Amino acid sequence: MSRVHDVGGQSGFGPVPLDDDGLPFHADWQARVYALSGALRSRGHFNTDEFRDAIESLPVQQYLSQSYYERWLAAMENLLTAKGLI
Amino acid sequence: MSEHHQDVPIAVRVRQLEERVTGAGLVTDADLDGVLSRLYADASPVNGARMVARAWADPAYRQRLLADGNAAAAEFGFGGADGLSYRLAVVANEPGLHNLIVCTLCSCYPVSLLGPSPSWYKSLAYRSRAVREPATVLSEFGLTLPEGTQIAVWDASAESRYMVLPLRPAGTGHLSEVGLAALVTRNGLIGTASV
Repeated sequence: MSRVHDVGGQSGFGPVPLDDDGLPFHADWQARVYALSGALRSRGHFNTDEFRDAIESLPVQQYLSQSYYERWLAAMENLLTAKGLI
Repeated sequence: MSEHHQDVPIAVRVRQLEERVTGAGLVTDADLDGVLSRLYADASPVNGARMVARAWADPAYRQRLLADGNAAAAEFGFGGADGLSYRLAVVANEPGLHNLIVCTLCSCYPVSLLGPSPSWYKSLAYRSRAVREPATVLSEFGLTLPEGTQIAVWDASAESRYMVLPLRPAGTGHLSEVGLAALVTRNGLIGTASV
């Protein structure tokens, strides 16, 4: 059974949002989330597959309604909690 | 999940997580700074553009690039001493064939060669539609391909990532490798622009 992240070929997400300004982050907290995920991975506290699984396991409504780095944040909170690391 | 408050402002949640993670000794502040420093210093579409320009100028490099993207990136030192952390496949545009990259499942992307990925690459709209109606998606980017051009869509994964080798534009025979590299855009390396 496919999960919510498996959106290839689906309809209903509208036009591609082409308002990109080339900046990697649009708020300081987004950069901090990126840094946390990179540092935690390079320190071996989780790997890419575990992190992706945590993102893709978010409840459907949360996955679809949250922004990209909000999903990363929620996934890290869930993953680190599940592993008993925080 | 006791600390997982959806109603807490997001910047506060990030700060709290950061404090707990550093407080538990999982990572240091220097680790966090290092991740961002490396992103800003090393990850740039200029890297991918230099590989494309060399492939246009040097047929032997082009062969090596298409045969083994990781080795071809390592020739420039991209990815550092350990090389890229993913398998890089370079797909070449040809007359009648245009390549397009997407990651339908998430946002896999060769960041070190293309720079931080654009917001639209991570959008549900691009991820869902690039594989179903690529020509329409390309037209939204202002790219109309010659009649009859086949579009090959490559769906990246965490382990295997793609970069497009665009066609060398006509009238560029006089340009040096540096001049050629300046023609190449990030979107050209993704396939949402011709070059």
